Amino acid sequence: MRERLMPVLAPYRGQRGALIPVLQKVQGELGYLPEEAISEIANFLGLTRNEIYGVASFYAQFRFERQGEYMVKVCQGTACHVKGSHRILEEVQDELGITSGQTTEDSRFSLERVACVGCCALAPVMLVDSVVHAKMTVAEAKKILDSFGKAS
Amino acid sequence: MTFEEIRKQAIAEWQALQNSQKPRIFVGTGTCGRAAGALTLLDVARRELAKRNIEAIITTVGCIGLCYAEPLVDIVKPGRPRICYGSVTLEMLPQLIENYIVNDNPCPDLALGTIGEETVPGIPKLFDLPMLKPQVRISLRNCGHIDPTDIKQYIANDGYTGFAKALSMTPEAVIEEIKKSGLRGRGGAGFATGQKWEFCRRAPGDVKYLICNADEGDPGAFMNRALLEGDPHAVLEGMLIGAYAIGTIQGYIYCRAEKPLAIERLEIALEQMKQYGLVGENILGSGFSFHLEIRRGAGAFVCGEETALMVSIEGKRGMPRPRPPFPAQSGLWGKPTNINNVDTWGNVSAIMQRGADWYSQYGTATSKGTKTFALAGKVARTGLIEVPLGIRLGDIIDGIGGGMVSGKSFKAVQTGGPSGGCLPANMLDLPVDYESLTKAGSIMGSGGMVVTDEDTCMVDMACFFISFCQEESCGKCVPCRVGTRQMLTILERITRGEGKAGDIEQLERLAQLVRSTALCGLGQTAPNPVLTTIRYFRNEYEAHINEKRCPALSCQALIAYYILPDKCEGCMICRRNCPAEAIAGDRRLIHVINQEKCIKCGTCLDMCPKRFSAVVKVSGVKIDVPSEPVPVTSTKAKTSKAGSVES
Repeated sequence: MRERLMPVLAPYRGQRGALIPVLQKVQGELGYLPEEAISEIANFLGLTRNEIYGVASFYAQFRFERQGEYMVKVCQGTACHVKGSHRILEEVQDELGITSGQTTEDSRFSLERVACVGCCALAPVMLVDSVVHAKMTVAEAKKILDSFGKAS
Repeated sequence: MTFEEIRKQAIAEWQALQNSQKPRIFVGTGTCGRAAGALTLLDVARRELAKRNIEAIITTVGCIGLCYAEPLVDIVKPGRPRICYGSVTLEMLPQLIENYIVNDNPCPDLALGTIGEETVPGIPKLFDLPMLKPQVRISLRNCGHIDPTDIKQYIANDGYTGFAKALSMTPEAVIEEIKKSGLRGRGGAGFATGQKWEFCRRAPGDVKYLICNADEGDPGAFMNRALLEGDPHAVLEGMLIGAYAIGTIQGYIYCRAEKPLAIERLEIALEQMKQYGLVGENILGSGFSFHLEIRRGAGAFVCGEETALMVSIEGKRGMPRPRPPFPAQSGLWGKPTNINNVDTWGNVSAIMQRGADWYSQYGTATSKGTKTFALAGKVARTGLIEVPLGIRLGDIIDGIGGGMVSGKSFKAVQTGGPSGGCLPANMLDLPVDYESLTKAGSIMGSGGMVVTDEDTCMVDMACFFISFCQEESCGKCVPCRVGTRQMLTILERITRGEGKAGDIEQLERLAQLVRSTALCGLGQTAPNPVLTTIRYFRNEYEAHINEKRCPALSCQALIAYYILPDKCEGCMICRRNCPAEAIAGDRRLIHVINQEKCIKCGTCLDMCPKRFSAVVKVSGVKIDVPSEPVPVTSTKAKTSKAGSVES
């Protein structure tokens, strides 16, 4: 772990104030923040693990468990809400057999409901990884999941 | 190179581009455009041009704001005006290339409008369209017009001349100019920008900081994202001007990580500024130095609040602290700090480029200039707009937005996101300025405008926003942490049909309490959606509580679906499609929904052929239907008149 993280951590030596960018870089490298990584960051920045968890758990971006191969996000912002985004979320949950915040057993899909991705004019939207799919319908959402080879 | 030399070169290149003998194609590739398939269109354009051996210049641009018509492609032929085509499909693009670029037929039926002085027969001018005509584009002046990844295109369009002008003035004179423009903070609260700068400039201390708040997190708002994606230098130039006026050497842009394209464009822009000596030590040889860093927000709505944002930059939990001391006295790392929103910085650069007098001709006596809004929801034309302050609310919704998309009636517009309020149809004459919106119980906010029609339940809307604020509450102060939770509990109870007499009054008491005692803006404004919906739509609350009826037919617990026996022809379509297998019936037998099993998904209503329209959605109504399938006859359904019905 140390070897893998050193190149990521090195530019931040002595910069406790850079904790959030450090966590973002480490999560970018590993996909999530496993316990060993938190310990490495703690050693490196001279903080306690407690302090790091305190910060990391405050922000929605940080994950402590490995996520699925594909990250599906269903927007539940205001514009999406008034355009019926709850039905899209229900459909995706039914299709994947998981609820928001969970990962499928085969580790292929993770599902999150997000507050707003700023694509309000094309609401309702959902994302697979960073690709935004606009003007969703229940049928369209199912089609998209199928195109990613949804496990049945 | 001096700035004048850079500018000369940039203008020469820009002119050459405008006079190019090659056709030019512009593709809008902001997040909206991409969501609508703009990147695939880019590939198609390249492929189709190569196939025909046409040499053309393809430029990717930001969002011009006509999001409803995304993806947008503009084509310019040498010596002709630029023609904008909307809702371009993969099939349409090769057709446009063949018909217009090869055969000179501009396909007026597919065009939205032309840009520029000249016109093309059969195509209106784009800026004469009802969506664009009332707009004044100051902050968004270059969006959709220039390539946001090319600093020279910004410079050729007067970019950085505002900063160059500032350098020739004293910092105090720059502050005076901003004060004279009447610019007020575009992040929501509307504090006078020049005055804010003056506080920070006068605060004692050698080290001061400057921050651009790009943590746009209001659900339903995307103005900042679009500006940063479409014209990042407009914001960065504003920050340079502010840094010079206030006397800060270090700045931060705190941008939401959920807006990755905005961050990418900022990174490119910052790199190019370095290349041209527009950031760093001794900028343009003036002796003025300013360093700029991008920080990604990690997903906490409360970090849009300035004191929370600053502790987040310090690497801590983003929790607000009481003010005073204000950031101008003690901000980032305890040093005097000035913080402004993306849109404010975008206005600052325009003001310095064209002057305070020019700027203050727009707007009202106390709300000068223009404001960007993200128009979304149930309007026909959704998008990003910029209008002079003081514009009539109805002119935005009916004029620019083109009224309701569904042909249904307008119910309310939510301004200011979770901190704002829902304004009803009788407020459409309201002028959109800081004071009028506040008086109506809402706020200007950062500029989200979500339009709802008769299908949206206002109690559900209040519940939606409170649930958002409750989830995003940082938990530091009790009124917000516990108060929003209590309001949510009551609102959920009401939408479930379990509301009690006194709930409305209880909500009002709680709302006033949270509003007056919460620590930061998030908590203080969280009750606004509740208070405005009670103020303007009290009857909807009463219908939920007293009659267990949702007039908008939206709250799941209060609605039911029935199949009208006198209309059902027993075609089996609804039965086959019901995901809960809750419909009994057979061919030529009247279908019956088992209310216990029904999950109220509405599939039967959507699927029932229009010529039968046998399925109805009701709330607070009893409909007599057979208890089990009976042969199709001329049975008549009996409905009470008081309820709400949709078929």
